[in-house]
Amino acid sequence: MWDYTEKVREHFFNPRNAGPLDGANAVGDVGSIQCGDALRLMLRVDPETERILDAHFQTFGCGSAIASSSALTEIVKGMTLDEALQVSNQQIADYLDGLPPEKMHCSVMGREALQAAIANYRGETWVDDHEEGAMVCKCFAVDSVLIEDVVRANNLTTVEQVTHYTKAGGGCCSCHEGIEEILSNVSAERCTAPMPPSLADAPKPAAQPIAIHVTKPATEPAARPRLTNFQRMRKIEETIEAIRPMLQRDHGDIEVVEIDGKNIYVNLKGACQGCMMEQATLSGIQAQLVDALGEFVQLLPAGMLGLSARR
Amino acid sequence: MSPIYLDNNATTACDPAVVEAMLPYFTEQFGNASSMHSFGNKVAQGLKEARVAVQKLIGAEFDSEIIFTSCGTESDSTAILSALKAQPERNQIITTVVEHPAILALCEHLEKEGTVVHRLKVDKKGRLDIDEYKSLLSPRTAIVSVMWANNETGTLFPVEQMAAMARTVGAMFHTDAVQAVGKVPIDLKKSKIDMLSLSGHKLHAPKGIGVLYLRRNTRFRPLLRGGHQERGRRAGTENSASIVGLGKAAEQAMEYMEFENTEVKRLRDRLEAGILAQVPHAFVTGDPANRLPNTANIAFEYVEGEAILLLLNKQGIAASSGSACTSGSLEPSHVMRAMGIPYTAAHGTIRFSLSRYNTEEEIDRVIEAAPPIIAQLRKLSPYWNESGPTAAEQAFAPAYA
Ligand SMILES: Cc1ncc(COP(=O)(O)O)c(C=O)c1O
Ligand code: FES
Repeated sequence: MWDYTEKVREHFFNPRNAGPLDGANAVGDVGSIQCGDALRLMLRVDPETERILDAHFQTFGCGSAIASSSALTEIVKGMTLDEALQVSNQQIADYLDGLPPEKMHCSVMGREALQAAIANYRGETWVDDHEEGAMVCKCFAVDSVLIEDVVRANNLTTVEQVTHYTKAGGGCCSCHEGIEEILSNVSAERCTAPMPPSLADAPKPAAQPIAIHVTKPATEPAARPRLTNFQRMRKIEETIEAIRPMLQRDHGDIEVVEIDGKNIYVNLKGACQGCMMEQATLSGIQAQLVDALGEFVQLLPAGMLGLSARR
Repeated sequence: MSPIYLDNNATTACDPAVVEAMLPYFTEQFGNASSMHSFGNKVAQGLKEARVAVQKLIGAEFDSEIIFTSCGTESDSTAILSALKAQPERNQIITTVVEHPAILALCEHLEKEGTVVHRLKVDKKGRLDIDEYKSLLSPRTAIVSVMWANNETGTLFPVEQMAAMARTVGAMFHTDAVQAVGKVPIDLKKSKIDMLSLSGHKLHAPKGIGVLYLRRNTRFRPLLRGGHQERGRRAGTENSASIVGLGKAAEQAMEYMEFENTEVKRLRDRLEAGILAQVPHAFVTGDPANRLPNTANIAFEYVEGEAILLLLNKQGIAASSGSACTSGSLEPSHVMRAMGIPYTAAHGTIRFSLSRYNTEEEIDRVIEAAPPIIAQLRKLSPYWNESGPTAAEQAFAPAYA
């Protein structure tokens, strides 16, 4: 049973302004086929003042959808259209003393109906750009579509980052499995970074063991290079520069920190950092460097710099 | 006005006789059945009798085929995981699209780990296509898991026939009979069913007790390993009070089997006919000719289920709905969608599930209460005007998200 507030129950059992409205001159029809709710908002607007004289609704939906519709009509009555456009879904929810997280979309539908009705009055077409997904985080009412969008737009790679951006996962933590699943789906579709041929062909690159942290830097001094030190550095720089645009396209980057014989220490930045594909990316770049230099080199994270020095 | 409980497929009230049988096991009979003293001895005797009662209810050949678990969900998981582990050379599961989440969510998870899952579709009455099933059976099939009766519509599946077919390719057959046990006669020794799940709280025993029937000679790998309880097939100290309660409930279910299929069925039919006679644009979902005697699932078009439930509840009537809004997911029931019920009807499905405790007087009160509620909500619905659905449903075509 939902934990509805007294106000929600009251508006559900005794909805205000229900049914068709005579003389309506602004009508907004919205719905979400998925969640099964649909709402028609009817307004009578004074053409002189653009003030909403009356508002009615018809709703196909659950208790909170009906209560949200009822609340909406009460809120906007007497407002000008411009004022009404400022009404947020949170305002509708607050009017009802809050809605359960899973039901917040009912208030969103109310706001959208309002926008649609006003667009209808002004002879504009209203496009719904709102898409909703399954509820992932119940503590903070965050759905899968929002998480996906934010992960994509900001190249997030960890649950902590998702929590930081969306709050999702910051409460009881029971949604972390769901968030991790979204992260790995997005990361799999996004990664176009260079990969060593063996990995590129493998069906599940992510299943490769992440060996980077256990690889010990080669400790013997480098064999006499065929290039001068300066030429060699230039070559390494050129190769890395050629790869960078590819990483930047994925919102990542790489910088060379130190070259110590066979060991080249780099920093992976942005999206590449902490990405599940980090190991694959490094091996891919390493393969290209080996190719360009004609000698074996090892690409290592800058974090391992101190380790070899101490040996 | 006393409340009317018509949600017995969700859970049932413990029968007073069940509670009475259990009580001593919280007080003087608190011992551990495995212990070598008189405290444990009486408990072991209680468990033995309960095992035999359950054995009789489902017609198992041996009482050692009964494994007590913590719930229906545990029995389901144990059955499927065991079949996969015990037969590494087989990696396919055949199930249906209308199973309970206890099966579906597990299969989805196993799929991610590489198990091949085939889900049999249903037609608009919720029936399976046996030819499709036949075409999917192969030497790679580890287990077939098909529910005996659907929890939402009550529709019965031909599990005995399907079990015999599975046997021909050497696949194991499991049935989630959580809704069927106690409502329809079951005689496992005459069937080819290898495993069956049941759950106490659906037949007037307490919550938190279940059974996995495991046919003798079926290869098995336990889910929980540890002590030697349940012959090592399900470790963990027995929930003796609940097991004894389930035994009592099983005895009673046997006694009332006839009643369930005559009197309870009559009340169900009366309820259904009474409502449908008064409410236009409403229909029974599932296969009315072949279903549990206690279940009526009615789709009320153009109104939403949660709203109906809230208004019913206000009059003390408890039922449930396949509407998205009652579950917290955004989709209406997967069972309704699988049957191709349109969204405007799927969201308005109400399940009335009866028990032997319901009376004719109660049913008549529901027949009186429901129609005005539907009419009241239809007045609010944009799909409805005055006396019927808005013309061709085209009048209301919202911008869908
Ligand atoms: C068909 C079916 N299977 C499994 C279950 C789960 O049983 P339990 O609640 O004992 O885990 C239920 C109960 O909701 C059910 O209806
Ligand atoms: S459900 Fe996401 S933190 Fe609780």
